[in-house]
Amino acid sequence: MQNAVLFKPRLPMRKRIGAAVYVLFLLAMMVGIVGLVALLAKVIVEGAPWLSWDFLNSYPSRHPDQAGIKSALWGSVWLMGLTGLFAIPIGVGAAVYLEEYAVKSRLTSFIEVNLSNLAGVPSIVYGLLGLSLFVQQVFRGERVLLAGAMTMALLVMPIVILASREAIRAVPDTYRQAGYALGGEKWQVVKGIVLPQALPGILTGTILAMSRALGEAAPIIAISALVYLTFVPAHPMEQFTVLPIQIFNWTSRPQDDFRGIAAAGIVVLLVALLAMNAVAIILRDRHQQVRSDD
Amino acid sequence: MEGMQRSIPQPQDGLEISSSPPDASPRLWRRGRASLEGRIVRWLFFGCALISILTSIGIIFTLVSQAAGFFFEVSLWDFLTGTRWTPILKPRAYGVLPLVGGTVLIAAIAALVALPVGLAAAIFLSEYAPSKMRRIVKPVLEILAGIPTVVYGYFALTFVTPLLKGIFPNILVFNALSAGIVMGVMIIPMVSSLSEDAMMAVPNSLRNAAYALGATRVEVSLRVVTPAALSGIVASFIIAISRAIGETMLVTIAAGATPNLTVNPLESIQTMTAFIVQLSLGETPHGSLEYNTIFAVGLLLFLITLVMNLMGYFIVRRWREKY
Repeated sequence: MQNAVLFKPRLPMRKRIGAAVYVLFLLAMMVGIVGLVALLAKVIVEGAPWLSWDFLNSYPSRHPDQAGIKSALWGSVWLMGLTGLFAIPIGVGAAVYLEEYAVKSRLTSFIEVNLSNLAGVPSIVYGLLGLSLFVQQVFRGERVLLAGAMTMALLVMPIVILASREAIRAVPDTYRQAGYALGGEKWQVVKGIVLPQALPGILTGTILAMSRALGEAAPIIAISALVYLTFVPAHPMEQFTVLPIQIFNWTSRPQDDFRGIAAAGIVVLLVALLAMNAVAIILRDRHQQVRSDD
Repeated sequence: MEGMQRSIPQPQDGLEISSSPPDASPRLWRRGRASLEGRIVRWLFFGCALISILTSIGIIFTLVSQAAGFFFEVSLWDFLTGTRWTPILKPRAYGVLPLVGGTVLIAAIAALVALPVGLAAAIFLSEYAPSKMRRIVKPVLEILAGIPTVVYGYFALTFVTPLLKGIFPNILVFNALSAGIVMGVMIIPMVSSLSEDAMMAVPNSLRNAAYALGATRVEVSLRVVTPAALSGIVASFIIAISRAIGETMLVTIAAGATPNLTVNPLESIQTMTAFIVQLSLGETPHGSLEYNTIFAVGLLLFLITLVMNLMGYFIVRRWREKY
């Protein structure tokens, strides 16, 4: 009886606090969305007037109305292709080992910690690794495309491994057992059952990893140092520049016109990223549908 | 034929597989002798996994060996405690504190934006939002994390800085505040997504018990779910701040290139990462002291982020085992 007197529910007051805090939470969620919308609006408004076919098909120039992103665009295409060539087979291989073969041991748990740490290493540090190991040691001071691709491959490898492992883990164990029951050995089960089943998931993760590589500028600055290039690389042993570096270069100039060109470059970069992500999402959705059918 | 028969799983193997998959399947593999192709492939895959370790060794070896050339000429003590950083201007001084100070200032501003906002957004998504809304909002927030950082740099310099000039007329073109705020928005999804995962992992029985005692939704969110998910939330904070410390292009574009030991966010500063970019863009002959300087700064940056990432990793691991 006494307790009932001491305890005051103050329910109307607590509900009012609840409503106020709810609004705060909602606003907090909106901050990110508002930031995203403002960013996209700014870039499109500034960049749209400069976008044209000539912009995609011209080399950088001191005259804003003649400047284009041809060398950077093709440099990015080259870099992505070569990065994928290194990162995808090695990343998927490592994922298969860790998921299908590795027995829990000190070595594998060290690989786990190491992978999670590698994913958090600042990208500029990869650039220093590439500068010292690939540019200076392997290519004797030549700042070539191949050195950039090898560095970028190391940078995106943890992402490829993580995504591939998740895709492999999602393959039901009964599928593997069915393979063993047919007399298959480990490699046959992996090759014939696990990898084909995990493929859509692996592709999705790989595309996302490559889109990370497309947007990275810092490690490539450390390696190529070049931001003004008026040719398209013809082979992997040539110098190169990429889209984000060209955008950085234009943004750093004081003239307003170059800011506009930078925005146009950003639109091109974001459209490329959007296309890659759209493909990844379509792949993932199709994959999920297949799964829910069976 | 004999080999094939032996590789057929025995009944007890099948039981083992279904009870504990990750450990049991390799044992199964060991029982039968794999074909030559199978064994070669196994070693190839193992080699792939080893590359991740070689990468770490490569990073540490590169940074330490090149930084050694730097510390041969500049004492470690002067480097870590000096308050003047003028490595390319005479008189040269190699005190890294202005770069560390600039980095910390940016990270602090970013944390002031991202931690409360990200946490509140996570609470909203986990405790309030209907699942339909969550399915739409989460990917939209994750787009923020996928936008290249040069784009954020452009946005900070050409949009946020002019806005801030309306509030603080004496703000410089390159300043810590604008870069810090935009960095904060950039890392919101890291905080919100990891924190939300931690909150979703809190069992519903805890919430129901609190509701049964008459708690309101806010009280359940803030006094039951948030404390229960605290280690995951703290880990998300650490990982997000570590990301802010290592971020390069945004600060290079928007925060300036003036090594400046200050707490005034309206001034131009230089972070460790921006210094590395500045020197990489210029002519720095291989093996010179300037060249080695970027590796000394890179080593310090790597060690700081390494400690933070490891803390985050182990905190997340502990939390995962909790429920």
